[in-house]
Amino acid sequence: MPTALDAIAALKGKWVGVKDRASLDHPAINVPAADLLAVLGSLKADHGFDMLTDVSGVDWAIGTSPRFSVVYHVFSTTGHEYVRVSVDCADDAKPQVPSAAGLWPGADWHEREAFDMFGITFAGHPDLRRILMWDGYPYHPLRKDFPLAGIETELPDAEVTAETKVGAIAAPMMGGPFVASSGELNMTDAEPRAKDESWTERRPKPDA
Amino acid sequence: MAVEHSFPDSAARNAKGLFETEKMSLSMGPSHPSTHGVLRLQMELDGEIVTKADPVIGYLHRGDEKIAENMTYNQFVPYTDRLDYLAPLANNMAYAIAVEKLAKLEVPARCQAIRVITAEMARISAHLLGLGAFGIDVGAWTVFLYSFTEREKLYKLFEELTGARFTTSYSRIGGVARDVPPGWNDRVLAFCDQFLPLLEEILDLLTRNKIFTDRTAGVGVISKEDAIAYGLTGPNLRASGVPLDLRKDKPYSGYEKYDFDVPIGSNGDGYDRYLVRGEEMRQSVRIIRQAIAQFPEGKWYAEDARRIIAPPKDKILTSMEELIQNFMIVTEGPQMPAGEVYFEAENPKGALGFYIVSKGGGVPWRLKIRAPSFCNLSILPKVCVGAMVSDVVSILGSLDFVMGECDR
Repeated sequence: MPTALDAIAALKGKWVGVKDRASLDHPAINVPAADLLAVLGSLKADHGFDMLTDVSGVDWAIGTSPRFSVVYHVFSTTGHEYVRVSVDCADDAKPQVPSAAGLWPGADWHEREAFDMFGITFAGHPDLRRILMWDGYPYHPLRKDFPLAGIETELPDAEVTAETKVGAIAAPMMGGPFVASSGELNMTDAEPRAKDESWTERRPKPDA
Repeated sequence: MAVEHSFPDSAARNAKGLFETEKMSLSMGPSHPSTHGVLRLQMELDGEIVTKADPVIGYLHRGDEKIAENMTYNQFVPYTDRLDYLAPLANNMAYAIAVEKLAKLEVPARCQAIRVITAEMARISAHLLGLGAFGIDVGAWTVFLYSFTEREKLYKLFEELTGARFTTSYSRIGGVARDVPPGWNDRVLAFCDQFLPLLEEILDLLTRNKIFTDRTAGVGVISKEDAIAYGLTGPNLRASGVPLDLRKDKPYSGYEKYDFDVPIGSNGDGYDRYLVRGEEMRQSVRIIRQAIAQFPEGKWYAEDARRIIAPPKDKILTSMEELIQNFMIVTEGPQMPAGEVYFEAENPKGALGFYIVSKGGGVPWRLKIRAPSFCNLSILPKVCVGAMVSDVVSILGSLDFVMGECDR
C-alpha cells in the first residue's frame, strides 16, 4: 500500500516547485500556485487522495509577505491518510490562487468561504460570491486588520436600514472576554479587556 | 437547465404548444419548519419539480473562527458546544484532541474512556433528535415524542456529569473538567439496558412504515462517487456505501480498544441514511458498555502537563505552586508550541475537523473549523434537482444537518 510519504516523494520528483512543509502531524507540502491544480489532480488520480476534506485561508499577519496562503487537506478514503497542501498567494493586495472546484465539486463552498473571509479569489471558480456574510458586505472579517468588535455597516436589506436608521452595529467590547491576539501582546498587557480601546462604545470609531 | 424525469411535466406540454408556462422561484426558509434552523433554499420550480436549488447559508454566522483567534485555547471550549449543539460533548472532545495533538500530549486512559463514553452518548442523543425531526418532516409525529423522552434521560446524565444539560463545556485541554461522579457509570449502563428495547420500538415505527418508506426510499439518492467528491462524511457518506468511519480507520481516544461495527448503506437514499443512523445507535451502546466494563483507574487529566492543565481546585486553594500554575494557565492560556495540526473526529453529523495554526503561546493564530454539516449541505444543489418540492423536505430531514455548525 503506497503511503502519503511515497506520494509526496513522487510529486517532488515530478514538480520541482513542490517542497516539504513543516508539520506536527500529517505529511505536508508547499506548492507554487502555478502547479497547484496539477499536484492536487495527481494526488487525487494517481495516489488515491480522493476526498478534499478542508480548504482554509490563512492570514500570516499584516506586513508579512506572502501574507495569504490557502491550505488544502486531502484525505484518502482507502488509505486513511491526510496530506496537507499549502499554496502561497503571490500578490498580497489581490491574493489569488486557481480554483480546485473542477477537481472536487465540494471545493466550491470551501473556496467561497475563503473568499468571503479573506478576500482570496479563486481563478476559474464557477460562482465566486460570499457565502457566510451577505452579498454586498464590504469587509473580509478573518483578515488580521479587521477588528474583533466588528465595523458598523449597513444592514443587507437597504429598505430596513432606511426605515429604522439602524445598521449592523459593532459588538460592544467593554466588559467582554479576554481579548488578545497571538504574538501581539501577552494577556497581561492586553488588559484592560478591549484589545483596542478606540473601538469601544465610548469613543467614536475611525472611518472604515 | 433541462431536467430528465418521467413526469408529464408542463415543459413537455408547453413544447407541444398546449399552453404557456413559466418557471417559478420559491424561497424556502430561513424560517421554515423543515429547514431545521435557518437554512434558506432559493429554488426554481417547474410545476412541482425543482429545476435549480441554491442554498443560502450564513444566517447563524457568529464568527467563531475570529473569536477563537482572540482568546486562549480553554476559553474557546464553550464555543465548541455551540457548533453542533445537539452533540456538544463530541465537539468538546474533538476540539480538545486537536489542541492536544498540537501539544503532543497524551491524556490518561481514564480520560480517554470518559471522552468515548460521553461522545457516544452524544451520538445517541444527536441521532435520536435527527430521527425524530426526520419523522416529523415526513409526517410521523410519534417518533419525535419517543425519542425526546430518551434524550431527556441522557440529559439528566449529562447534567449530573457536567453540570449542564445542553452546553456542557466538559473538555479541558489535557483532560476533562471533573471525574465521573460515584455510581454514574452504573446509571449509564442502566440507561443502556432500558434504551435498547425502546430503540427497537422507535425504529419499528419507521422501518416498515409504508408512508415513511414511500417518502424516503429512492428519494435524494447520492452516489458513492458524488458523496466522496462533495466531501460528505458521517452517516450520509456511509449510507452511500463508503465504509469510512474515522473511529475505525483513524482511531483516536482509544477507539481501537472497542469492538463495534460500521453500518453502511447500499442505495444512498434517505431510507438508507435513516437505517445507518438507527444501527449506529445500537453500536454506540455496544461501545459504551465496553468502555464502562474496562473503565480504567487513574487521573482524568494529564497531571504532568503543568503548563497546559490547571490542577484540581482543592490543591489550588492550599498550595502555592498549584496556585501559580492555575494563575498562569488562566491568564496566559495553555502553552502550545508553534506549528500546525489538523484533526478530524467522527462526530454524529460527520467528520468535525479543526485546523490549528499556532505561533506559540496560549492563543491560536488561526483556527479553522471544518464543519460536517457545511460539507453535507454543499451537495444540495445537485441532489435537489429533479425532486419534487415535498421531496426536498424529506431530503433535508435525511441529511440531518445543524446550522449552528454549518454557519459557525
